[in-house]
Amino acid sequence: MKVLSYIVLAAFFGILVRAIVELPPRGDVSSPVHQQTNATGTPVAGAYYIQNAYRDTRTPNMVTVILGDYRSFDTLGETIVVLAGGVACFFILNTRRRKP
Amino acid sequence: MNGSPDRDQRDPCLDESLKEPTDSIIVDIASRVITPFILLIGLYVFFHGHYSPGGGFQGGVLLAAGILLLRLSLGVAVSQAIMPTRMTLRLAAGGVLVFLGTGLAAVFLGGNFLDYHYLPLPGLSPEYLRYYGILLIEVGVTATVMLTLVAIYDELLGC
Repeated sequence: MKVLSYIVLAAFFGILVRAIVELPPRGDVSSPVHQQTNATGTPVAGAYYIQNAYRDTRTPNMVTVILGDYRSFDTLGETIVVLAGGVACFFILNTRRRKP
Repeated sequence: MNGSPDRDQRDPCLDESLKEPTDSIIVDIASRVITPFILLIGLYVFFHGHYSPGGGFQGGVLLAAGILLLRLSLGVAVSQAIMPTRMTLRLAAGGVLVFLGTGLAAVFLGGNFLDYHYLPLPGLSPEYLRYYGILLIEVGVTATVMLTLVAIYDELLGC
């Protein structure tokens, strides 16, 4: 059983190494995510964010704009996950049954 | 969990000595001096998230580190003054409600969910409405992250 788990781990490690080796180089302007439109002709979201992030919000940090404005629903979910972790710890660890 | 008697009579605290103040005067003084700076850097990271790496999650972790340093060095009883144990999870839920309330305010005023353009802040152009909308939800994220970390520490101590 132990040998089997090592084999599985080695297989996943091989997949990981293979995937990393095949990554496009950083800053490669010809890679698909850096195009204005992708292969099917639809516009790529990243190009819109780069061009319009400062103009839409007057916030120089593009990452904050994407996390807080364009993708704020995702950030809401992350915040709820953090709160759910705290509430779960409360119900697991609280042996004296303090009122929440 | 349900009403087993020996479980209720057992002392729920994992280790009482973790809740006591420290004996070392060096640790005591040093933590009192360092904590305001940690809290200040936490606030800086939070407010500077618009201009540099940072924001709600990172700033919240730093603020929690400041409070937990006081919990560790001064003991749980003394450090209740900076953040009462019974308020931690309630205020963390309040942070999520600030976030949700920002989104729902935009919905009730005619926009989409979390569309800060419709927030009722007078005298601001749409760009700056979005600027302050981002700041508003980061307040909620910061409160939730900071107080959840403090709450988990307090629950581990069983107080």
